[in-house]
Amino acid sequence: MLAVDEVTTKYGALTALHAVSLHVNEGELVALVGPNGAGKTTLLSTVVGLLRPTGGTVRFDGRTINGLDPAALVAAGLALVPERRRIFKDLSVAENLRLAGVTAKAPDRKQRMEQMAELFPALHEKWDLSAGFLSGGQAQQLAVARALMCDPKLLLLDEPCLGLAPTMVDVIFDLLQRLRSQGRTVLVVEQQAQRVLGIADRGYVLRTGTVVAEGAGPELASRADLFETYVGGS
Amino acid sequence: MNTFVQNLIDGLGNGSTYALLAVGVSMLFGVMHLVNFAHGELLTVSAYVIYGLRSKDVSWWITVPMAILGAVALSVAIEFTAFRRVRTASAFTLLLTSFALEILSHAVWRIGVSSKPRRYATPEIAFKTFDLGPYRVEVWDVISIVVAVLCFVGTAIMLRKTLFGLSIRAASEDFDAARLMGVKANRVISGAFAFAGLLAGIAGALYLLRRGQADPRMGAEPLLKAVIAAIIGGLGSLKGAVVGGLALGVAEVYFRSFLPNDLQGLTDAFVFVLIAALFVVRPQGLFNVQTAERV
Repeated sequence: MLAVDEVTTKYGALTALHAVSLHVNEGELVALVGPNGAGKTTLLSTVVGLLRPTGGTVRFDGRTINGLDPAALVAAGLALVPERRRIFKDLSVAENLRLAGVTAKAPDRKQRMEQMAELFPALHEKWDLSAGFLSGGQAQQLAVARALMCDPKLLLLDEPCLGLAPTMVDVIFDLLQRLRSQGRTVLVVEQQAQRVLGIADRGYVLRTGTVVAEGAGPELASRADLFETYVGGS
Repeated sequence: MNTFVQNLIDGLGNGSTYALLAVGVSMLFGVMHLVNFAHGELLTVSAYVIYGLRSKDVSWWITVPMAILGAVALSVAIEFTAFRRVRTASAFTLLLTSFALEILSHAVWRIGVSSKPRRYATPEIAFKTFDLGPYRVEVWDVISIVVAVLCFVGTAIMLRKTLFGLSIRAASEDFDAARLMGVKANRVISGAFAFAGLLAGIAGALYLLRRGQADPRMGAEPLLKAVIAAIIGGLGSLKGAVVGGLALGVAEVYFRSFLPNDLQGLTDAFVFVLIAALFVVRPQGLFNVQTAERV
């Protein structure tokens, strides 16, 4: 479904990704792990069109998408839950979701909002509250719900557990497994490497802009060498 | 007491022009981090449309909508030809671009029409008054205030209820996040320019029907006032822009009426001192704004 082929992305003179290749098949939950500064966020930003790769191609559903506008990628079926959530704090919870359905037709948008109300009862209680007043966990749920409003074929999540209390981390992991059992295709970047690899179909370990290991999720999780050297354990 | 109320009505009438311009300035700052010094040129184009049509005896009922349309068209054209090209540049480049457009506009009118003012007859209603109890009220002040209030209410509804309005609010807070939700950058920005142009066109119509002349540099002063009003309110805050514009209009009228004749020419100076004092207390303006992200 998603094929990243030899992608190189630079920030000015700094090369953040060196010819990185990875792919995500339909229905898979794929985890991308690695230490800070490895280029995980850069990779996701490149996939969704916020950054332009200087080399290589990004293909989605067989179509080359590098250099396309993020709005066009949403229409194509890609949605990102960005790092640090970036929900719209001045908008109410319902307004955040409504805006995220901007590419959908009005009846679809309404139907998806009802689905989100069911899927996230905690949010439904705060429907008309400014999103700035949500707790960290609720805000993260809103960020995921907002991305699901785009009804993506592939959902990308960038560190969904960052800054959350342990109980909320459990909620997010439950959510990931639920999305997977619904047949959604998910690519997730996560600091808690071994835990996320434990539930992932496949995983990639990224280090200083290069893929250093890949394989089945649980198998990678059990490779002590990777986590002592590269990720620092969990 | 009489003069107090009288001045208040005059001031709100004046201030509504500033406020309508200021809302546009503030909205563009929100979505683009741009202080658009070319925004005042929308008044100028409206003025020349009025002069052009009225000199051919076209009815005011047609002239006024055309003047407003002229402002919208110029605003959209400015975005498309100039600001779109430098959108990802620094805020300083955007600011310089807006100054360049302002100077270009002055030159176009000076060369294309004349550097001398072009006069047109104002309609009768512009200076009509009526007595309301002890007060003598100008009809046009009342119309200005009512039209401005309708515009503010309309803007508020647009921002709350329409997807376009939500896009503007979201883009003002975090433009990239809005794009990730499928908001098209070009559409929301040119839409914001069109909307700001509409408000400027309406402000222009209210101001120009009494002004009676078009001249190349006429947009500069009202725009300066509008920018100040937007800053008083807190750049990016539309509520602040309304309050700032009205407050500035009222302050001007009060200073003009209380200052002795010799000091009348210094009204602006007194107003600016007052504003400077305000910024000592609240440097961020009256209303707090989330920092906007640029595209």
